Amino acid sequence: MSFKDLFVSFFRTGILGYGGGPSVIPLIRYETIDKYNWMDDKEFTDVFALANALPGPIATKMATYIGYRVGGAIGAMVALLAHIMPTAFLLIFILGGLYAFNQSSIVMGMIIAVSPVIGMMLGLMAYEFLKKSWKGLGKTLSIVMILISLGLLQLLGVHPAIVITLFILSACTKIFYQNRKYRKASQHPTMNRSVGK
Amino acid sequence: MSFLHLVWAFFISNLLGYGGGPASIPLYQAEVVDHYKWLNLKEFGDILAIANALPGPISTKLGAYVGYEVAGIGGVALALFATVLPSSLAMILLYKFLNHLKDNPYIKEISKFVLPAIGIMLGMLAVQFTVVAFEGSGIWHTLFLLVASYLALQWKKVHPAFVIAGTLGYGGIFLG
Repeated sequence: MSFKDLFVSFFRTGILGYGGGPSVIPLIRYETIDKYNWMDDKEFTDVFALANALPGPIATKMATYIGYRVGGAIGAMVALLAHIMPTAFLLIFILGGLYAFNQSSIVMGMIIAVSPVIGMMLGLMAYEFLKKSWKGLGKTLSIVMILISLGLLQLLGVHPAIVITLFILSACTKIFYQNRKYRKASQHPTMNRSVGK
Repeated sequence: MSFLHLVWAFFISNLLGYGGGPASIPLYQAEVVDHYKWLNLKEFGDILAIANALPGPISTKLGAYVGYEVAGIGGVALALFATVLPSSLAMILLYKFLNHLKDNPYIKEISKFVLPAIGIMLGMLAVQFTVVAFEGSGIWHTLFLLVASYLALQWKKVHPAFVIAGTLGYGGIFLG
């Protein structure tokens, strides 16, 4: 184990991983399993599964965990900072440069042209999320929840955080009642599936 | 005071952003543009564009830049701290209970239930940017850029960085 290896591998995955978190996972996998042998395939899959289930950026969660696993708290810091800092500062640097010239009509033109393309990129991301929801929740429930979200966000102007919290609570309510029904239905205590607590 | 707001905005956006970095984008927009008005929608769009053209995780890049705009280097540190620390710590702590959590029906169902809301938020943001484009460059440039970027990204699978670079070139020449 060396902090230098941790730093180099997560610097590399940060600077080479294009397209945000998901595209970085195969790179992290390569560094972690094939190159440095920090963990086996099964453990990596488990780490990925948990990172996916928790909120927040996925690749940074994996960097922190793998760093922690390899080099404790300091390892976690090294891996995390190596992963996120280079590109964070690159963005500040490039935008700062761009805005320094925002009197120039060329830069103005560039900035104007970018809006529809960002709209398209976000639209494609939106489509991915809706497709996943279609798969996970089924057609009917997806449509109902899409309409509810639209109504709450667009018509009533409810804050997004509140809408998501509401959906989280409905998911919990659904599982809670499912489990209760399940328990009542099965008389044998051995048939009870544990809720995971 | 703005330090606290900064931490809160990025903490809450990442706490509720299920599905990785992109899921947090509409939540960032709600805090950064709508609520705290640190940036206007156009500036937010510029940041998204350049962030998309650069490698690395998207939500930390956005966090770092907004933090820098609001409060300088200290703001970068705070925004990044609020973006990554809570979920990263949760990851380390919860990994010990992985075998319980992996099949936990609550966790599974929550990450499914949140998808339609995130999808709609991203879609609404997409519409907003398209409207901004109509106002800024008129219908023909907007239509052309929409169709061209769709074909490039979805059909030809051109790398987003090249799409953004091409767009900047187009804007510099035809809209400058």
